[in-house]
Order: sequence, then structure tokens, then C-alpha cells
Amino acid sequence: MSAVLKNPPAARPQESPGLWMLAWRRLRQDRVGMVSLVIVVFFLLMMVASYTGLIAKDWSKERGVSYANPSFLAGAENLEAKAMAQKEAAKAPTVDLSDIDPLAPRYKEWAERAAKIAVTETKRSETLPFGGDKWGRDVLQKTIKGSEVSIFVGLTGALLAMFIGTVFGALAGYVGGRVNDFFEWFYNIFTSIPYILLILSFAAVATATGKFGKGIVPIVAILSLTGWTGIYRLMRAEYIKHVNREYVQAAKAIGASNLSRMFRHILPNVSHVALVQLSQNTVQFIKAEVILSFLGFGVPVDMVSWGTMLAEAQNELVIGKWWQLAAAGAAMAILVTAFSILTDSLRDALDPKLK
Amino acid sequence: MTAYVIRRIWQMIPTIFGVILLIFLLFNWVGGDPAQVLAGKISNPDQIANIRRQLGVDQPYWYQLWVFVKQVFTFDFGRSWSTNEEVSHILLTRVGPTLTIMVPVLVIETSLAVLLAIGVAYVRGTLKDRSIMIVCTVAMSISFLVYIIVFQWLFGFILGWFPVQGWSESFWKNLGTYAPLPIMLAVFVGLAPELRLYRSFFLDEINQDYVRTARAKGVPEKRVMMKHVLRNAMIPILTNVAIYLPGVFVGSFLLEVFFSIPGLGREVVTAVNRSDFPVIKAVTVYLAVITMVINLLVDVMYKFVDPRVSFK
Repeated sequence: MSAVLKNPPAARPQESPGLWMLAWRRLRQDRVGMVSLVIVVFFLLMMVASYTGLIAKDWSKERGVSYANPSFLAGAENLEAKAMAQKEAAKAPTVDLSDIDPLAPRYKEWAERAAKIAVTETKRSETLPFGGDKWGRDVLQKTIKGSEVSIFVGLTGALLAMFIGTVFGALAGYVGGRVNDFFEWFYNIFTSIPYILLILSFAAVATATGKFGKGIVPIVAILSLTGWTGIYRLMRAEYIKHVNREYVQAAKAIGASNLSRMFRHILPNVSHVALVQLSQNTVQFIKAEVILSFLGFGVPVDMVSWGTMLAEAQNELVIGKWWQLAAAGAAMAILVTAFSILTDSLRDALDPKLK
Repeated sequence: MTAYVIRRIWQMIPTIFGVILLIFLLFNWVGGDPAQVLAGKISNPDQIANIRRQLGVDQPYWYQLWVFVKQVFTFDFGRSWSTNEEVSHILLTRVGPTLTIMVPVLVIETSLAVLLAIGVAYVRGTLKDRSIMIVCTVAMSISFLVYIIVFQWLFGFILGWFPVQGWSESFWKNLGTYAPLPIMLAVFVGLAPELRLYRSFFLDEINQDYVRTARAKGVPEKRVMMKHVLRNAMIPILTNVAIYLPGVFVGSFLLEVFFSIPGLGREVVTAVNRSDFPVIKAVTVYLAVITMVINLLVDVMYKFVDPRVSFK
């Protein structure tokens, strides 16, 4: 008898894994999805490193000659740089005007003064790791900096759009009735205008008035104010589905307020839908940012993004300088491919029924 | 059916009013006084005073809204702020070139995508199917800009098969000389995502019971695909084409900008550059209306494609 009593209490039943744990396990099984995840994380880390100045800090320094060749093409002829050098050389000897020039007596004094100020003439290198742009900036560093801006714009835009869409969708789906009618009306307005026209209308007002702020704020605002509709639709449907479920009624019974039920009880149960939509929106917004910046309605001229790089690349290609196009195009293609595959894997992992 | 159409049109009214309100708030309220917007763009003070009077800037907002509503319903948006051309004239003359490009694109792209998708769905699960899908995914992630830059450079500049850019007065010369390269580009770029989508539509149908029944009674696989599957898959394909249809009128504005095609898309981009609000306002409002009408037409068309659909 005592032996039975001495037995240790039965081990607690193993805690059942939650939605996120299960999804993570499924995602781990998906090899292509994991590779995509690694690539996306790599780009995100690069963005952070570039933002904090760990890498590509001096991307704007003109370190090479104009259109410097990539290191692996060191021998290629660079007519543009030669033309620049000739222009520089041609500047120096001018016609001697000293007999009629009223300032002539003071030139010597000025020359002496100028000599006192140390000017460090850096030697411009003939080649750069992945070539240089028109001003001799390193294309590789420029691409890293451009990635930072493009990804940052896409990500913050998508996060804001997710916020707007979730709040609207939650209100419409949870409250229903008149509130639902109002948001449906609002949704219909935004979706009946073709997306690109909607974006360009907002861009027109933003560029004309400057009321949307400075720097990258306008483009983030434009993308999120026009891009919330998809996520709103999904969240509204989820809220309608969940609002009468037992756990929500239980929450009501213990006295949880409407707000608490909406965002503390239901939201965690539908957030996987938002996550998939977030990653889809990020890809879409990165693409949109590139096109808007190319047209000159996106990031300001003193910043660099994939879009502004492609805008320069158009003219460079004609004179045979393909590296800027290749760098920006490839960086974007890799990230967008990885992000799209990751989105599909996330959807499969989070909602196995859909598969 | 008449009752259904009438009810749908009735339901459009609040949305159209909402679109007008949104555009009004955006351009007149957020946009503010045209004198400020146009400062430095128009030097003639009389012209600015004229525009302000026309819009009723000194009047209360409800009056300005009324002015805008009248503009929408009388098709009279006044004159462009930058070129002084009549907005209605701008819209009418720019639609032609856009349609010259976009109608062939829509026809070629849709038929090619349907044909290829049915072929890919036929060999589903094989290496061929999977490699085509991978190529599509990669092709989709390259920016449209990169395609345009490279194609224009390769076919226009290096090979010289097509003019790099341009447009003429004659429709046939446009279609034969200037349009092929942009059309080819748009088809090429649009094909990958559509092929993927349509393949999934076909695969959805292939797993249905009626397909199994058809196979069981001994219908050959090719006939199953062309007769049974294709006709049912046309319903989601139709929906998808309907989503793209309004875009036909704006055209691919990037193509129009690159190939200097004087279409609506390029006009809108120029208007945004010059803060030419009347042009953008007009294009946006009317395209929203066109979108709604197209949606209605497509819903009516379902009835003919799918007899199961009933109008409630």
C-alpha cells in the first residue's frame, strides 16, 4: 500500500501546443519556406545594419571615377571617365589676361591663402567591387542603402495598412448593423477606384501641397491609406465568424468589455490571417514604391531606393553600364521571390485546411 | 432580371456619391487653395484668380462640393491648369491610343494564358508543370520596370526590330509599328501571374465529382479538359478578367511613359507631375463609374455563362 502512495504523482498531461507552435512546426517541415525565411531575415538584418550605419555608411561618397568598372571587368574601356578626366585637364591653362584683368594683382595673395587650407584630394579608384554610378559612388553600397529604404517603406506601409484594416474590420464585423454598413460603403468607395489611380491621386495631392510630411513619410502614408482594403475584408469576415463563438460569449459572461472582447479575445485568434496579409502587402508595397520612386513621386531625390536606382539605370544601359540595373533588379527580385514563397508557406503552415 | 439591374444601379448611387466626396475631400480640402498649389507653376495672376473663382474657393465647402458635383454630371471639368486644354477634350483624345495598346494586350494575354494553363493543368504534378511554375514565380518577382528597360534597350536599341518609342496619327501605323513592342511586353509580363492563377482554377475543377463521372463513362482525357473542365473554369476566369477590365482604360501607364504613347496613363502621370488637379479628378471619377458599370455587366454575364446563377 505504502508503495502506491510513494509513487510520484502522474506527470502532468503534456501541454498541448498552440496555434503558433503548430504552425512553426509545419513551417520547419517546409524546406523551401525555410530557405525563403532565411533570405527574408537576411534582408531585414541588412536593413537594420544599414540603418544603424554598420554597413554602407558612406554610400554617398564618390570613391571611384565616373562609371567605374566592376572589379571583375577591370580591363573594360571606360569612355565616360576618360571624357571627364579630359574635361578636368582642359580646365587648367587659360588665356593670359593679366594686363587687362583688374583683379590680376590679387591672384597671388588668394592663391597663397587657398594653399593654407588643406584639401585632401582623394585618389578616385578605377574599379569598384560592383562598379560605380555616374558620380563614382559604389553601386554595391548604394544597393544596400536602397534596399534599406525600399524594404523600410514597404514594411512600415504594410504595418500601418494592417493597423487601419484590422481596426476597421474589427469594428465592422464585431459591431455590425449601421457601423458595418458605413465601413462597407467606405470599402466600396476605395475599391471602385482603380488602385493605381487611387495611389496617383494621393500622390498628386502629397507632392503638390507637401501636407503629408517630408522624406519618406508621404509615400508610406499614400501606400497605407490606399492599401488597407484587402486586410479589412478578411478581418471583417473573421470577426463575423468569431463574434458568436462560445469563448467570446464566455468572455462576455465574466464581464469583459466590448473593446476587450474585440482586441484581447478575438484578435489573437484571427491574427494569423493578418500576418499572411501583412507579408503579401509588404511585397505589393515594395513593388509600388519602386514604381512611384521611379516616376519621381516616391522617396525624395536625396535618398536612394531601388526605384531611384532603376530610374538612373535606364540611361546607363544605353551607354553599356549595366551594373546598377543588375544590382537593383537582382536585389529586388531575390527579396520579392523569397517573400512571396514565404507568404505561401506561412499560409499553408497557419491554415492547413486550405492546402 | 430587370429588377436586379435596377436594384444594382440604385445601390451604385451612394458609392458614386462617396467617390465624389472622397475626391473632393482629397483635392479641395486637403489640397487646399489652388493659388498655393499653383504658385510658381502659373505666373499669370489673372489665370489663378479665374481658377479660384471657378472652383468657388472663397465660398463655403458645401458650395464647392456643389460645383464639383455639377462638373461631374455635366462632363465639364473646365480647362487643364497647365495646358489650358479642355479636360473633356483631353480625355476623349487620350483614350484612343490607350485602347490601341490595351485591347490587343487583353485579348492575346487572356487567350494565351487560358491555353497554356489548360496545357499545364493537363500535365499537372510532372516535372514540366513544376518547372513552369518555378519560372513563373521568378518571372513575377522581377520588377516591370526592369522588363521595360531591358526589352526597350534590346529590341529597340540593339536589335532595332521596333522603334524605341513614338506614335503617329494613323491607327494602322500605330498598331503595326509602334504598338507591337509595348503589347509584347505587357503580354509577357502579365502571362506569368495569370498562368499560375488559371492553372489553380483548372486544378480546382479537375478534382470535382462530375470530372470523375465523365472519366468513368469513358470520355477521353482531352475531351474532359476541353469540354467539361474548361467551361466550368471559365467562371472564375471571367471574374478575373473583369477585375482587370477597368485597368484597360488607364492603360499600363508605365508603358505609355516609356514609349511616349499619348494615352490616358501618361496623361495622368504628367498631370500628377504638374499638379494638374482637374485632369486627375476627372479621370478618377469617371473610371470609378466605369469600374462599377463593368462589374454590373459581368454579374449579368454570369447568367449566360453559368445557368445555375439566379438573380436575387
